[in-house]
Amino acid sequence: MVTTLAAAPARPLPDRRWRLIRRAAQSWLAPFGAAVLLLAIAAALLAPAISPHDPLKQDLNHALARPDRAHPMGTDNVGRDVLSRVIWGTRVSLTAGFGSVAIAVLAGGLLGLVAGYAGGRVDNLVMRVMDAVLSFPPLVLALALGAVLGAGLTGVVIALGVVYTPTFARLMRGQVLAITAREYVDAARALGVPGWRVAWSHVLPNATAPIVVQASLSVAFAILAEASLSFLGLGVQPPGASWGSMINAGRGYLQQAPWIVFGPGAALFVTVVGLNFVGDAIRDALDPRLRA
Amino acid sequence: MGLLILRRLVATVPVLVLVTAGVFALIHLTPGDPIDAMMAESVDDSVKRQLRSELGLDRPLYLQYATWMGRLLQGDLGRSIRNSEPVIQNVGRRIRPSLQLAGLAMAISLLVATPIGILSAARRNSALDRVGTSFALFGICMPNFLIALLLIFVFGVTLRWLPISGYVDPLEEPWDGLRSLALPAITLGVALAAVITRTLRSSMLEALSEDYIRTARAKGLTDGAVVRRHALRNALIPVVTVLGLQLGTLIGGAVITEYVFALPGVGRLVVDAVFARDYPLVQGVVLLIAVGFIMSNLLVDLLYGWIDPRIRHH
Repeated sequence: MVTTLAAAPARPLPDRRWRLIRRAAQSWLAPFGAAVLLLAIAAALLAPAISPHDPLKQDLNHALARPDRAHPMGTDNVGRDVLSRVIWGTRVSLTAGFGSVAIAVLAGGLLGLVAGYAGGRVDNLVMRVMDAVLSFPPLVLALALGAVLGAGLTGVVIALGVVYTPTFARLMRGQVLAITAREYVDAARALGVPGWRVAWSHVLPNATAPIVVQASLSVAFAILAEASLSFLGLGVQPPGASWGSMINAGRGYLQQAPWIVFGPGAALFVTVVGLNFVGDAIRDALDPRLRA
Repeated sequence: MGLLILRRLVATVPVLVLVTAGVFALIHLTPGDPIDAMMAESVDDSVKRQLRSELGLDRPLYLQYATWMGRLLQGDLGRSIRNSEPVIQNVGRRIRPSLQLAGLAMAISLLVATPIGILSAARRNSALDRVGTSFALFGICMPNFLIALLLIFVFGVTLRWLPISGYVDPLEEPWDGLRSLALPAITLGVALAAVITRTLRSSMLEALSEDYIRTARAKGLTDGAVVRRHALRNALIPVVTVLGLQLGTLIGGAVITEYVFALPGVGRLVVDAVFARDYPLVQGVVLLIAVGFIMSNLLVDLLYGWIDPRIRHH
């Protein structure tokens, strides 16, 4: 009792100091994330210009070489420059991350819009199909779809797009249901505006904020998922460079040449952390209610 | 409660029907001929023709679906092309390592996440809280296979404390079995612990700001008793929800973990079947995993109602 009471008045001081530090840290997280994202985009776009070596060129005389000035991240088991392969792998990761989320946003958004707007039997059918997609563990579904679509980046992007579609369909449907109950939608209808125009110019613009938030957070997960599928052997096929496949190829050399794994591993980790910070910042900016 | 269970079971039927349709359609999504994809060019045409008629691929689609569903309802999930054993037997042989891995990982994650989550919330913004939240971020952003390789690098390759692959059944040889499952279970446990830590911390913070906590403190309860008896119990509800939501991630993580550590589990079976293009086996195992996933989600839902009576009455 006594300790609790005595401790209480002493609290505000360190609390305030911490809050300032926290705020500083938070304002530091978003720029850090943005910098990582910009760096990754730059690396992907400028890969041919900035990678120091040809990512596919083998040099068996310099296989498993330690990191040095010529090869800042060392070389792999057939003497390819790890840094150059990491830079080229950025293309694969970003394509997969943004591509699959774009597919999911378009497909899910449209399905959710139709379901929420049409209601009744259409709504029921669309949402049960979405439930069915959600009944598969994401990675298992992506693996099965990737398997039948064939190995390659396109198959993986489509598979991940399908996996993420229900999230956006549910989100969009919920938004549509909430918005169509508003008075301005009633007003537009009463004025004789056709249904598709109500959907396009009244419902859609008001439903986008949560979609954008979800999309920005999903990109990080999609990049992780692509890396996992590449690690298992789907996705970009050898000798092409993707972070997941590089890590899988390097795991047999953990003892002699851990840099083969840790180069792309670090790139993957930093990119995902950065994208998470960007996603959090976008969420805070667009939806203050969700702020932690 | 019985009525609730029945209602939820009935509600899953249409979803199950759609799931089976999806799994059935899987084989037909293959670009080109599935038989050619499954078998090498060199295989004799008569063998291919036999497999085609065995799988019913030479008949109209609706008939194929009807036959497949008919067998399914009798519990026949088809046969693997590779070892021509029923899917059920293939899975049955592999289920034990997977369940052991999942159970151990769950135990590890709860052992790690419960104290970190509680202390992070109770000592908010302290150095300990910083460590806790950083751990959560680390675990959420690290892919499973990187955690696995990091652990292999430290404990397997450098320190040589633990085996880095292979499986010994802990029910037969407890010590070696636990050693063989240690790194895989930690790998899978860390990712799960990260999510639980994050949820527990935020739900604890919420619970600690409630009026009944102030009342409890005003009654003169010690900090420990307030946290244990009043805050924690209410903070556990979102944790159960998140555990349910994480089941899918846990299964996916198990696939990767079993692959990295060469554990002969169901996840490894899926990967092997995918790369062997053993489509009937892929269909059967994916269907079983999906049904298991649906059932565990149902269980979590019911558990949720049992923990929080307010939900039951809705």
